[in-house]
Amino acid sequence: MSLSQIEIQLIAIVTAAACTLPGVFLVLQRKTMLSDAISHTVLLGIVLAFFVVRDLASPLLILGAGLVGVLTVSLVAVIERTRLVKEDTAIGLVFTALFSIAIILISLYAGDIHLDVDAVLVGEIAFAPFDRFTVMGLDIGPKGLYVMGGILCINLAFILLFYKELKLTSFDAVLAASLGFAPGLLHYVLMGLVSVTVVGAFEVVGSVLVVALIVVPPATAYLITDRLNRMLFYSVAIGTVSAIGGYWLAFLLDVSISGSMVVVSGIIFTLVFIFAPERGLLSGIRNQRRQKITFALTMLAAHLLNHENTPIERSENRVESLGEHLRWSPSFAKKVLQEALRSETVYRYEDLLRLTDRGREMANQRFVQS
Amino acid sequence: MDWAKIIHDLFFDYTVRTVATGSTLLGIVSGVLGVFAMLRRQSLLGDTVSHAALPGVALAFLLLNSKAPLVLLLGAMTAGWLGMLALMAIVRNTRIKLDSAMALILSVFFGFGIVLLSYTQRLPDASQAGLNKFLFGQAATMLEADVITIGILGGIALLLVIVLWKEFKILSFDRDYAAGLGFPVGVLDILLTTLLVTAIVIGLQAVGVILMSAMVVAPAAAARQWSDRLWVIVVLSAGFGAFSGVSGVLISGTRTGLATGPTIVVIASTIALLSLLFAPNRGVIFTSFRDLKNKRTMRAETVIQSLYLLAKQHGDPQYPHAEAVLRTMSANPLSVKRSLKHLESNGLVANVHESRWALTAQGVLHVEKLVARRRFL
Repeated sequence: MSLSQIEIQLIAIVTAAACTLPGVFLVLQRKTMLSDAISHTVLLGIVLAFFVVRDLASPLLILGAGLVGVLTVSLVAVIERTRLVKEDTAIGLVFTALFSIAIILISLYAGDIHLDVDAVLVGEIAFAPFDRFTVMGLDIGPKGLYVMGGILCINLAFILLFYKELKLTSFDAVLAASLGFAPGLLHYVLMGLVSVTVVGAFEVVGSVLVVALIVVPPATAYLITDRLNRMLFYSVAIGTVSAIGGYWLAFLLDVSISGSMVVVSGIIFTLVFIFAPERGLLSGIRNQRRQKITFALTMLAAHLLNHENTPIERSENRVESLGEHLRWSPSFAKKVLQEALRSETVYRYEDLLRLTDRGREMANQRFVQS
Repeated sequence: MDWAKIIHDLFFDYTVRTVATGSTLLGIVSGVLGVFAMLRRQSLLGDTVSHAALPGVALAFLLLNSKAPLVLLLGAMTAGWLGMLALMAIVRNTRIKLDSAMALILSVFFGFGIVLLSYTQRLPDASQAGLNKFLFGQAATMLEADVITIGILGGIALLLVIVLWKEFKILSFDRDYAAGLGFPVGVLDILLTTLLVTAIVIGLQAVGVILMSAMVVAPAAAARQWSDRLWVIVVLSAGFGAFSGVSGVLISGTRTGLATGPTIVVIASTIALLSLLFAPNRGVIFTSFRDLKNKRTMRAETVIQSLYLLAKQHGDPQYPHAEAVLRTMSANPLSVKRSLKHLESNGLVANVHESRWALTAQGVLHVEKLVARRRFL
């Protein structure tokens, strides 16, 4: 590995981690589309700040972007509070308008700004190592690494300091408010951090793909765990794997690195979506099937109990007539019967089925409960 | 601005006429379908679909090696459609909510598209050039062929909306009721979503991702404020969309560098903002005036009732009392003076002596009516 390869991977990992940390809370608070909106509107902040400072390298640009990010969230909140439109419509109204104003400003003063809209929306991490950070003439590494490292530290510090408050607001905002916390203030600070993170990550991966780094790892982790601290940890881990995996995928296929990072995270999500132990697609199907069998077993026991020692027992509780009386298909009836014999809820007596003690208990319980 | 020239261009300049026609058609189609999206809380679906279409565009180009609008369009539609199906699968089978699922589909599909685009850029010939314009769009470069495509596909979409008007209406307002009545809601769901995908994708090529997201949201949000009747909202929304389209094209033509797409969005957003503020009955201005008026009436009624209560203790309903007494009885002491003036102007109370007030005969009648109506006191 060459130095620049290592540097790119480091920047990718740090960026992924910085994005995914606030992302966890956005996913929990159902505010992820706000990050999509912010990822577009920060462009306006950059353009406006540029008009003031006239320098594309100025850190004030990040501040401007952060402010416009908060402005976006506030505007959405104001429109939503009128109750004239729903939240999704409000988001759609605000971010398209602000983004369009930014584009118009850029296109009107194109001579003054060397801001390529395509580059902002798409970004390319491969160029990140070329932008060096020098202190007193000494090259101490790529600038992107320091910017994203700083943002990562801020995000981490914020989450550690306000962990309890964030946890409470994410799961029960009303309780948080009634306990005297200020969920509104916390919300705006979080959104400000999201804006700053988005701007920082802009140059590295482009605006749309920032959304992927924010949303995909936490959404994946959400399918694996119920605990907030583990969700944070898994999210960072998934982000890191996506970053490294994406880099090497891009290296092998000679394609966009940031795009590949997102593709890898998408693949991880798909795998978890299908195979997750409790919340995955497969385990869902398995659970459903198991519940169906369990229910059928109870039905069988109840049916047998109902006709036990009655004159029609001979016709009702025959193995062959089960399917007809309980409206089961022959194959399903066979499966249930197997399971019933295996779990010793029934036993065969001549051509009849009889309840064992355990089966009788199960049927009785069922009747008492219902 | 030279309005005569603008109008002249609109009818006789080939480019302006083409772009204006195309933008107007787009405005109408997305305006109509946007209303249904808004009612179904799927406003941001436009944003999702328009991003998710990218890999379809790139794949269609890679597989068929053609940049014909129809080929790219089919690719975009397929990808957008697959994105929607994946979205539904995630929301239905996991605890991930709609917003996260949308952001996820949007960004992952887009990332895959970026990878494919960067792959096409390695191809030896320059045939892939301009493929990314499909996303960011350039309304000003719309061709007659594009307009015809928009016209045909948009026309089919609108026709289906008219034919299935009743079904879509009930689906948008009360899905469960529709299912209860025996409508095939699953099929209708997919059909309506497909129409929305179509509307977005035909616009993508011409005007880009962001503009299409706006064209789905803004006209519908504006139209909603003016009426409670679906057909009025739909017609208004189509009108707003068409107006934004044509005026955006004309205004952007007056100055070089003023991009057409964003101008259309800004106009549509302005219409939405004005509607939110000024629409009768629902608008912010109207409702705050109404609130103010209600508040004034409420306060005046408490004051006049207090006065009546006090006076009755003296056996004479028109017995005068000092304003200070009324202030101590009021929850809003500062507003008592204003309330009294308001009541006086309506002839319900009279200023008997300096700061002493009494009910007039008409005022007594008024309070007794209030009491009878509300069983107050």
